[in-house]
Amino acid sequence: MTLATALFLLVLFVITLTVAAYSTYAERKVAAFLQDRIGPDRAGPFGILQPLADGTKMFMKEDFIPAAANRRLFTLGPAIAMVTALMTGVVIPWGGELTLFGETFKLQGTDPEIGILYVFAIVSIGVYGIMLGGWASNNKYALLGSVRAASQMVSYELGLGLSIVALVMLNGTLSLGGIVEHQAANGWNILYQPLGFLIFLVCAFAETNRSPFDMPECETELVGGYHTEFSSMKLGFFLFAEYTNMFISSAVISTLYFGGYHVPGLDRLGLDPNLTTLIGTAALFAKTFFFIFFFMWVRWSTPRFRFDQLMNLGWKGLIPLGIANVLITGTVYHLVELWKG
Amino acid sequence: MSAPKPLTDRSRVVSDKRMTLMERIYLPAMVAGLLITIKHFFRRKPTIRYPEQERPRPAVYRGRHVLKRDEQGRERCTACGLCAVACPAEAISMVADERRPDEAHLYREEKYARIYQIDMLCCIYCGLCEEACPKEAIFLTDRLVKADHLRMPFVFGKDELVEPLDPAKRIDVSGRQTAAVLKFKQNPRYAHNR
Repeated sequence: MTLATALFLLVLFVITLTVAAYSTYAERKVAAFLQDRIGPDRAGPFGILQPLADGTKMFMKEDFIPAAANRRLFTLGPAIAMVTALMTGVVIPWGGELTLFGETFKLQGTDPEIGILYVFAIVSIGVYGIMLGGWASNNKYALLGSVRAASQMVSYELGLGLSIVALVMLNGTLSLGGIVEHQAANGWNILYQPLGFLIFLVCAFAETNRSPFDMPECETELVGGYHTEFSSMKLGFFLFAEYTNMFISSAVISTLYFGGYHVPGLDRLGLDPNLTTLIGTAALFAKTFFFIFFFMWVRWSTPRFRFDQLMNLGWKGLIPLGIANVLITGTVYHLVELWKG
Repeated sequence: MSAPKPLTDRSRVVSDKRMTLMERIYLPAMVAGLLITIKHFFRRKPTIRYPEQERPRPAVYRGRHVLKRDEQGRERCTACGLCAVACPAEAISMVADERRPDEAHLYREEKYARIYQIDMLCCIYCGLCEEACPKEAIFLTDRLVKADHLRMPFVFGKDELVEPLDPAKRIDVSGRQTAAVLKFKQNPRYAHNR
């Protein structure tokens, strides 16, 4: 069983990296199409080898560390960002159960009772990568970028947490696998928690440092923000971590609010269980890819928030809304329980 | 007095009134923006994928030069240097030489350009060389100068400038010979060129 898990994790690792790499390609293509251009089309047919070319370029560049930088932390920053970005995929249920050679495997690395909290914890550690990287650069723009990243992360984690509280109250479990099963039995969470979903979505944009909340790397004000001084694959790791985070957040959004690998009415068709599982996994990936596209779509449609607007929205907008959502959910849940008797 | 008529139909009155609730929750504006961009997503792209596709160029386009030959395949250029004098970018240089008796089939007149060079990076494609030429030897064409990684290949010598001997491969410059140009050339002063 451990061997199977190790193999699954390896496959997950490769898939995560591939999706992240192709997200960079997708980002450029989506950006181009939204701006009436066609985007990269030189490397291979339709430019599909572009991520390889970009990766090669990143590795070939000079790896420069500024003289006044703290060398150890400067190297540690991108490493933490990358490692934490890859760690969250483990608890996401990528599919149901697969029966091979008489054994049953779950398409999930592990399903701890505290699944969501684990995701939150790892995402919070992720900001250390940005903070250490920015601070160790010994550059005021990088420092400002990392300070922004830290304050933004702290502010929006509250909204994110509150939207999850309501969700957990409704589903009665913190385990991601449990949440998906609950949705399969009772309908997707988006039907019960539209406001919570909205809060979660907005906070996810802020947590992944994506536009319109990409204040930490705001190039019009801060040159490159926290990665101003980074070059070569250290920069590559920061960018890669952002895309990995985007992939994982999209998967988490799909899992929490859109039924994860659940496809309505699929189990009534009476298909082979293995086939059902695979279709479910494909469905989860389709949902995830839609949200990745949505992230990009928003990025290339909206201007960036100002930092005080960002803080206003977080503290005065999303947190009160989140608390209201928790209260409403609790009240309605209780009333329904009373009515049922 | 009535308000002055706006100069364009895109002018908007700016106001600093407080935003309404709908404006303050951002979402309607956000959705409107997303709808605008998704429309562009499916729009036809005006991109022309350059080496494979080329934008159609007008016949009078001033591109890469050609040194013409006459009907018998002799080079028209006599290395008078008027083009080099006319050139505002000083891109043209040449070395004249005297035609030997056995070269009468190669050069139209007794004097010819042994070396004729145009620096394509200096050239501003103004066409003054063509206007200055009394022998109708140099023309700008609708061909392009291809990009390169080095500077040296852009100094074009006679091997690249003189049009091929083969009548089928001659470079057509009739596009540059507009009605006005042809009428101008009827002037008896230029009869020796024909």
